[in-house]
Amino acid sequence: MTDVTVLNKKEEFGRSTQEVLLNLGPQHPSTHGVLRLILEMEGEIVTRVDPFIGYLHRGTEKLAENFTYTQIFPLTDRLDYLCPPSNNLAFALAVEKLLGIEAPERAQYIRVLTVELARISGHLLIVGALPMDLGAMTTLLYTMREREMVMDLMEMICGARMHTSYCRVGGVREDLPEGFTERVSEFCRILPKRFADYERLIARNRIFLSRTKGVGVISAEDAIDLGLSGPNLRASGVDWDMRRDNPYEIYDRLDFNVIVRENGDCYDRWICRIDEMRESVRIIEQCVDAMPGGRFMIDMPTVAFPVDKNVLRCSMETHIQHFELSAFGFKVPAGEVYVSIEAPKGELGFYIISDGSEKPCRMKVRAPSFVNLQALLGRATNMNYLADVIAMLGSLDPVIAEVDK
Amino acid sequence: MGGPNLRERIEHRFGGRVRDGGLPHGMQTFLVDPDLVVELCQFFKDDPELRFDFLSDICGVDHYPEEDRLEVVYHLYSIAFKWRVRIKCRSGDPPKVPSVVGVWRTANWHERETYDMYGIVFEGHPDLRRIYMWDEFEGYPMRKDFPLRGYKDAYNPFGEERTAAAPSDTGGER
Repeated sequence: MTDVTVLNKKEEFGRSTQEVLLNLGPQHPSTHGVLRLILEMEGEIVTRVDPFIGYLHRGTEKLAENFTYTQIFPLTDRLDYLCPPSNNLAFALAVEKLLGIEAPERAQYIRVLTVELARISGHLLIVGALPMDLGAMTTLLYTMREREMVMDLMEMICGARMHTSYCRVGGVREDLPEGFTERVSEFCRILPKRFADYERLIARNRIFLSRTKGVGVISAEDAIDLGLSGPNLRASGVDWDMRRDNPYEIYDRLDFNVIVRENGDCYDRWICRIDEMRESVRIIEQCVDAMPGGRFMIDMPTVAFPVDKNVLRCSMETHIQHFELSAFGFKVPAGEVYVSIEAPKGELGFYIISDGSEKPCRMKVRAPSFVNLQALLGRATNMNYLADVIAMLGSLDPVIAEVDK
Repeated sequence: MGGPNLRERIEHRFGGRVRDGGLPHGMQTFLVDPDLVVELCQFFKDDPELRFDFLSDICGVDHYPEEDRLEVVYHLYSIAFKWRVRIKCRSGDPPKVPSVVGVWRTANWHERETYDMYGIVFEGHPDLRRIYMWDEFEGYPMRKDFPLRGYKDAYNPFGEERTAAAPSDTGGER
């Protein structure tokens, strides 16, 4: 529930105005989680926004200092829970860089495939949720239907629908199942038609347009100054995508476009995501076509879990290797590394300092949602009305679990 | 990324006041004293040949039990040149570092988070208060001497007993 506090009454030019402090959240359907906004209002006009975060703070970084590297994967799942594979990937890349290893080619393809599936899953939610915040319920039901297909694919790969923990240091947990290629190809065939449906349904809807076009405009300079990244930055006209500019894994072999829009308003941030999903579908198709054979896990007994279950059953040494990795983890050479990837929400970075032991000495998560949410702070944009704040918040697409870490 | 050219430029502009921290895993690192942080960041941002216009991240690091244990690490990125650079700044005791909010607005929440977790005070920050923990919370949870399960109180029966001089509580108070 929201409650209203009247701060003071001002007598100006014979007219009485009231400055009202409005508390939005932390339990409110349009705050996408437990986010609390304190809004200073003058009538219907919002003069200042102050987000209060931390209701979901779990101390991921502190916990990580006490976990072994393999144990941290489930923690990263819970950052941006709409797309765990990309969190897993960022962390795995950071540790692999410290170890000086690289995952086998097949694992890299599988990882990119899952990460792009996750991008579709994350974007589908916001593509449906922003219209829902603005009163158009239907789109969300459609996008959820498509999201279910992504969930089914993830379940097929690793058994989990949401918190996948599919990546491992040095590869992925298990190989792609039989029949997956056909399923994912079918998915890639269906999805673009559904995007056209969304656009027909909502992209030219007059109410939706008037609520989002020209609302919450962030200029390119402001966006960079505020540290926005991902679709939020590209919607403001800054052409920066780490998949192209600082390629990791096998992105440099793939052909995809970086979607850049000009206006930087809520509508552009929304439509930018639909177009990005189209590119993700293209990337997935290319991954499926070019998927090489070979190992899905690096051949390095000090780091990688034994993958052959038949050998595990009869070989004592393999058993010991499995036990030691599970119980004690593996040592990572001392050093520090910052690795960032283009997560669905923006730049997801992991800064890890290792002291040579099995646990990181410091792990810092550069969470994109945390930084993106700052665009609400103060008067960064041209939001005027309370209703614009809701559109702005929805279009920034923050995941509060990632904001609060 | 950056490479020798970047080192020369910094050497030329700042002389020995900014120390070279090497290239750990390919990222150029500079070590700087707190009083130079803002000037260095402004230079990185404005210099037409560097153009580190994007502040990726600010984070605190606790080197307990060393002297001057708290450190602030900045990660900068240049969207134009696709470079990254790292700046490290050891804060003294009590830990104080000037704020770079005047250089990048995005530093605001990063610095609040670092203050909240490590108790590093960013001088000149417009609104330095806790961001994740509640206002009445005592101590700085990410410091190495702060127990993982927190201190025992009415809400936290499984926490550690608070000793007479819990080191987390000293220093860094505003």
